[in-house]
Parts: sequence; C-alpha cells; structure tokens
Amino acid sequence: MSETKSQVNKNVDIKKSPSKKDSGSTELETVAIRFAGDSGDGMQLTGTQFTQTSAIIGNDIATFPDFPAEIRAPAGSLPGVSGFQINFSSQDIRTPGDVPNVLVAMNPAALKVHLKDLEKSGILIVNTDAFNEVNFKKAGYESNPLEDGSLAPYRVYDIPITKLNEEALKDLPLSKKEQDRSKNFFALGLMYWLYDRTMEPTLRWIEQKFAKTPSIAEANRKSLKAGYHYGETAEIFTTHYHVPEARLNPGLYRQITGNQAVALGLITGAHLAGKTLFYGSYPITPASDILHELSMYKNFDVRTFQAEDEIAAIGSAIGASFGGHLGITGTSGPGLALKSEALGLAVMAELPLVVIDVQRAGPSTGMPTKTEQADLLQALFGRPSESPVAVIAPGTPGECFRFAIEALRIATKYMCPVILLTDGALANGAEPWMIPSVESLPKFEIKHLVDAKNFQPYQRDEKTLARPWVMPGTKGLEHRIGGLEKQDITGNVSYDPLNHEKMVRLRAQKIERIAQDIPETETFGPSSGKVLVLGWGSTYGAITSAVEQCQKEGKAVSSIHLRYLNPLPRDLGKFFSRFDKILIPEMNMGQLRMLLRAKYLVDAQGLNKVQGQPLKIQEVKEGIEKLL
Amino acid sequence: MSTALTKDDFVSDQEVRWCPGCGDYAILAAVQRLMPTLDIPRENIVFISGIGCSSRFPYYMNTYGFHTIHGRAMTIATGLKCTRPELSVWVVTGDGDGLSIGGNHFIHTLRRNVDINVLLFNNRIYGLTKGQYSPTSEMGKKTKSTPLGSIEQPINALSLAMASEATFIARSVDVHTPHLIETLRKATSHKGVSFVEVYQNCNIFNDGAFKQITERNVRDERLLFLEHGKPMLFGPGLKKGICIKDNRPEVVTLGENGITEKDILIHDETSLNLNITYLLTRMDHPEFPVPMGVFRNITRPTYEELMIGQVESLVAQKGKGDLQKLLKGSETWEVK
Repeated sequence: MSETKSQVNKNVDIKKSPSKKDSGSTELETVAIRFAGDSGDGMQLTGTQFTQTSAIIGNDIATFPDFPAEIRAPAGSLPGVSGFQINFSSQDIRTPGDVPNVLVAMNPAALKVHLKDLEKSGILIVNTDAFNEVNFKKAGYESNPLEDGSLAPYRVYDIPITKLNEEALKDLPLSKKEQDRSKNFFALGLMYWLYDRTMEPTLRWIEQKFAKTPSIAEANRKSLKAGYHYGETAEIFTTHYHVPEARLNPGLYRQITGNQAVALGLITGAHLAGKTLFYGSYPITPASDILHELSMYKNFDVRTFQAEDEIAAIGSAIGASFGGHLGITGTSGPGLALKSEALGLAVMAELPLVVIDVQRAGPSTGMPTKTEQADLLQALFGRPSESPVAVIAPGTPGECFRFAIEALRIATKYMCPVILLTDGALANGAEPWMIPSVESLPKFEIKHLVDAKNFQPYQRDEKTLARPWVMPGTKGLEHRIGGLEKQDITGNVSYDPLNHEKMVRLRAQKIERIAQDIPETETFGPSSGKVLVLGWGSTYGAITSAVEQCQKEGKAVSSIHLRYLNPLPRDLGKFFSRFDKILIPEMNMGQLRMLLRAKYLVDAQGLNKVQGQPLKIQEVKEGIEKLL
Repeated sequence: MSTALTKDDFVSDQEVRWCPGCGDYAILAAVQRLMPTLDIPRENIVFISGIGCSSRFPYYMNTYGFHTIHGRAMTIATGLKCTRPELSVWVVTGDGDGLSIGGNHFIHTLRRNVDINVLLFNNRIYGLTKGQYSPTSEMGKKTKSTPLGSIEQPINALSLAMASEATFIARSVDVHTPHLIETLRKATSHKGVSFVEVYQNCNIFNDGAFKQITERNVRDERLLFLEHGKPMLFGPGLKKGICIKDNRPEVVTLGENGITEKDILIHDETSLNLNITYLLTRMDHPEFPVPMGVFRNITRPTYEELMIGQVESLVAQKGKGDLQKLLKGSETWEVK
C-alpha cells in the first residue's frame, strides 16, 4: 500500500467475494479489467478514463498500461496490440492485478495476445465486427475462435461494437472512418454500465478536450452513451456489478502516475529549496513524459531544455548546478549509459545533480515500453573508477513524489549526484494519491558560501563532508574546479599518490554519511521469522500483497522494502540473522541479491523474472512457499 | 570597479604547464590583457573548457572556471547561461575537443545562439595525446596515427559555424596579439553566440602549421584583414583585392586590367547574402589570402532570452504558479 493511502495493515481478501446488493447488481470487492485493441484503437485513453472515473467514485485503483513501441504498427497485427489493465477495488490494493477478470478484445489480434492471461470463467467481451478472415490471418488464427469452441472456458459476450457505434452516429455528418474512431467510447460506455460507474467525469472530459472540435465531442458523447444504454437495454448481461468505495485514509485525493509524481516532486523540491529548476533531457521512452510535464509548468520557475543528446542533457544540468541552481536530467537505461562520464565529472566536481532513470527492458534498445529493474548495478557502478553516487528508488507511483524531493534534498545537502531509479511500471502506472499540503512539507535550506575569508573550494563540512557550494558571481571567491584529481582542501590539481587515495576515500565516505540522514529499516510484519522477503522499486505491491497473504495464512513471513539503495540503511544487516531464509524477488537476474550477498555474506535466494512484465502476487507467494 | 583591475588580476596562482613556446601562452596573455578593459566584474566571468591542451586554460585565469570533460564544455556552458544569464561565459576548446568529440554540441550550441563566447584553438593536431591527426589536419598529414598520411578531408571550422547558423563568426591568430585582442573584444560585445577560431601553433607536434601565412615577412601578402564596410584589400601597400567573378572570389591587383578600388568587394559582416560569407570561409592559402577578423555579425534573439521570455510570458498570462493548485490537478475526490 502506498504511504499516501493507509498505513494500517488491513486484513484484505484479494479474491472477489460476490454478494447480491440488489436485484439488478452484484457487489464485488475487486475487479481487474484489461482493455485490448489496435494501438490506434484508443485503448490507453479508454483505460485512463475508466481509471479516472473509478478513482473519482472512490475505488482504490492500480493500473498497468502495456503498449508497443511502434506508434502505429500495421492494423490488426499482433505487434500492434495495445493493452491497459486497471484493478479497482473497495479494498486497499497495491498492484494492477495478477489475472484480469474481464478482457475487452477489440480485434482477433488483441484476443490472441491477451486471452492467455484472462481468468478461467472470466468475462470476455469481443467486438465481433473485427472478427473476419483478414484479421484472423493477421492474428494467425486458422479458424474463427468465436466458433471453434476454444473460448468455452470463458463467459463470452459477442457484441458488434463497430456496427452498433455506426448506427448510433448515423445522424452525424461523419465519414465511416470518423465514426469508427469513437468506438472505444462505445466500449467504455458499456463497461461503465457493466460496472455501475457514472459517465459524468468522462462527459466532462470530452467537453474540455474537444472544446474546439464540437463534432468530435458530439460523436464521442453519443458513442459513450450508446454503449452505456446498450448494456442497460440489450439484455445480454443478466446482471451488472457494483464495486463500493474503498476505505482510504480521509483526505483529498487525485490519481497520479509515477512520471507525473516525479515532475510534481521536482517542482515542489525546487520550491522548498527556493531555487530555479533546470531540467535538461533528451527524449527517451519511458522518461519523456517527465519532460513533457515539466514543460507545461514554466510559470513555476521551471526551465526545460531538450538537449541534442543524452550527454548534452546531463552537461547542461551540471552547468545549472555549477551556476547554483537545481540541475536535473532524466532518462532511461541506454541514456544513463551515455551520461556515465559526465556523472563522474559531477562526482569529482562535487556538485549537486539529480539523474532520473526510468528503467526499461534491455540491453541495447531492448523493449522500450516494457518494464524492468536491471539498471541497479549500472546506477551504482556504471562509471569509470571509484565514483560513488547516492541511489534511491520509490516503490509506488505516489511515492515518486516524495523521492523526487528527497533526491534534491540529498544532492544539495551532500553536494553529490543522486540517481532516482523508477521504472516503466511506476512511470505509467497510476494510483490514488492523497494530495499533500505544501505548507506541511519541510523546507530544506541551501547555503551558498559568500564569505571570502579562508575560502578553500574543497574544505568540507564536518558532519556531511560536503564542500561549499559557491555561486559564480560571488566576489572574492573566484576559483576553478574540474575533472582532474583535486588536492584535498585547496581543490588544486594534484597527482600526489596519497592525496588521490585520500580523496577516493573521502568521496566514498561522503556518500556513506548520507546513511545518517535516512529512516531506519521497517519490516512489514514481525522482525523475525522464517522468511524475510527483500525488495526494491516497483515490486513493492506484489511483494507486500504476497507477504500479507502468507501472514494471514499464519506463516512467519515478513518483508522489507528498500528505498535507499546507496547508501543502504545502517541497521539493515541485523535483520538477516533473524530469519531462516531470505528471498529477494527482482525484475532482473539478481542484482540486489548480488549486492547484499557481497556486503553482508548472507545466503539470499533470488526470485527473478525478466519478461518486461511486473511481478505477480501469486509468483511471489509461490516463491515464498518454496522456502517454507 | 573593473577599470581598477589590471592584467595581473586575471592571472591565477597556478603554474602554467603548456610546453615552452606553445601558442597558447600568447592567447592566454591576450585574454588576460583584454579582460580588465571589458568593464565586467571579475566575479561575473566564467571560463569553461573540455579536454585537451587548450582546455587547461581556465586553471590559469583568475576568474570562475570549470575544466570539464572531453567535448562537452558547450553543454555545461549552455546550462549555466540558461540559469545565470548575467554571467559572461567563455568556452575554450580545440580542434579535437570542439570539432571531433564535441562536434554535435558545436552545431547545436551555435544554432541555438546561446550568448557565450567560444574560442577554438586550432592547431590541426592532437597535442595532449601526443600527436595524432585532428579533424582539421590536412589530407596526407603524417602523424603518429597516420604514418602513411591522413586519408580524411579536413573540416573547415568557419564553414561549419556558418552551416550551424552562428550569429558571430571570426578568426584570428596566436602570433598577432593586437588583432586577437580586437577580435575577442568584438566577440564579447556581440549578443548571442560568438565563435572565434584562433590559429595556434603547436611547436612540439605540428610546428609551423600556419607559418606560411603568419610569418612577419609574408603576413601582409597572405592574410586578408576583414573590416566591416571596407574594401577587401591586402598585400604590401594594400594593392591587391578580392572581387567576385562567376560566383567565385578572385584576386585582382589595383591598376591592372582597369581595376580600381570601387571594383573591390566591400566587407559586410551583417550581410544576409550567405554565399559571399561562405566563400570567404573557404578562401585558403595558397590560392587566396586567408581572411582574418569578423566574417559574420548578425543579431538574433539569444536562447536564454527566449527561454526566460517564455517563463515570463506564462507568468504574465497565468500568474506565478500556485503549487498547491498544481498538486491538486484537475480531478479530485474527497475521502471522509
């Protein structure tokens, strides 16, 4: 559960428990719906609207958009399928759901790609109009799956969505192609009826979004309503379902994705520090949305710079930091690799710098739109020589806000680069977020040295080991810094062997000192037992839910979620001896496991999944059970 | 204040470690002589460099300085200038640093018109790595990495600056101090990116690279000093000049074939006729005298002006951002 939701460890039964609410609707606790269609079918929009409405009516939500890197792969083809899963609940949920209960398939390719995930006896809604010979061929079906009995395990609803939608729009002066463009709203309306949601928020959204093109607004409105009323009157569905409000902590909420939360966190951090925010970035999936978000908010003293490449992006951020402001750059794994030499410069120059790495599946171009957490070792060690930086990683989309602020706080207090590791799942996934009061957030003071007396560029603060941050323009403090090894205290160029070793150790000690400034380790569950599950990053939801289920079954399982990866919390080591076994689930080949084994000589086991897909609760639970 | 400063105020406490006889000494001295005359407070001056012999420059200037990484000085200067537009920012680079590893940043920094001064010391060789050919080395050049001669067409820094839409383009030479100082002065007074190529001798790995045009006894004959609004005359007694014939420059002599001063091309650094400016950048020894001075000097809004302008106009339009409102977003719900 996100820190912004509930801190209480509630007894939640993830499985749905149907109970009749009234004659017309059946009450459900949790439902996961997956919308799937061509990448041009508007599935991301449909999912986002369903999410927004579900959040507004008070459900807890978690989402997982899953789309191809190709903007418009050939229509009807398997690579062109775009999906969006939303899990909504009256309970506290932490993941987009292991297994969708409902699949909306707009064409045969979408069915082919996603059917294997649908729960047995789950609801399958298909747009029969797209089920024709041409599309079967494109999707690799030899026979019509609607007729060959292969869908028998599911509750199939054949609905001619395209034709019904065309019929609804026949009075509007639109071409057939234009009519078809709004058929996703028909599907959305149908799902609104089936799950008892109001159309109001989406109608409002259509009004605003298409204010300048009233004919499109009208088409979308009509399609949405036609879908809704079709569900109500067509008597295909024997019942519809109601998912009551979730019991979140009292407060004002919105939904937020990880990338939005990072952008808002950076703006808030700059505000708390009283500094100009400079964001230099080069477009890269899945980090570009941070640049897009920040570009909209220039009236918050935000300066965004779309650089000519990844190196220029980090270089410009270092320049802004040298100038005394908040230099930030954002990227994904391949971009972080290109930035590594400049990161080393920031280590040597001891300037504050925040680098956001929204991890994606690799190596090389890999699977740009798919998630992974395999940049941990790159973040820690992917630079020449000994060049330590701080590394932190939020566990949920909402947490990205606080950790963006935290990255700025650490970078400016310790005069060092901080890498903020998120990933594709956090970046694009959404959850309800309790809106913090700006006034309640602690300000962090930034001091620039202005006193020329006894000034030395590499004189260190006793507590933090940070060197002074001097703004160019300060009279009497003119000095030179650079990438050549520094003489201790003076910062002059030095090739002295003993000085080099001293400086290497000082730079490492400075990063280690950050540990004095971070929270103590918390365990989810008792602080001793049979299995300790250790995780970091976006696997938080799956791990915590799996551990919670085990605990409810009376198993002695606890978890620790690391949000500070360098330095690690000072008290972490003591927990390893308190459990019989340690399990580390990761979406990589065991990077955190390698680190902890090396550092603590602990025989930790791995649970590793590298499929570009998030870990499932069930997968983690099975991994735990194997160790019990 | 700054009028009270002298050259010595710009000399740092660091021992200069270029090879004895290096052209960089003369450039450093010229810059240190120029600085106190600029009426810019010393603390507002920042020198940023990449890697290479030339890039040691900031250590020797008693101003703010940042010796960064290979090829990337312009990126750091861009970030600095965008957040601190009031500073006088100088980039010192070389033919390897600026045109090879930093080639991409060269193009983009120039086209953006960030208000910085870029000094490119061109010695047509890699000095710090001990003598490999550079992107400005001549075809056939024998170096440590090209024992049989370079097989690469060299790049012309000024033509590239033209293609990169630079608003100020100039060239000078290490051994001609007064010209160098005056050229740099013009560069500082230009608002927007100022690109100055400085021919510089590397007496260890490429000695005499520009000797055939810069030696005192041939200088007048082989250099063409461009002056805005004046005819392009050169040679002893300024008897020779440049005409354009069939879209090509041509060397003519006053008094021969009926040529008079009014036939000579007038230099216009603000000219929008890019063809002529481009032809000037291509003129080279021995066919032509090598032009020195300001080739191009035009005005365009600077990058940081436009960037900050967008911030200010959004503030004027929407007011200063209300953070609480921003965090709230457009759709919220209350949990009681």
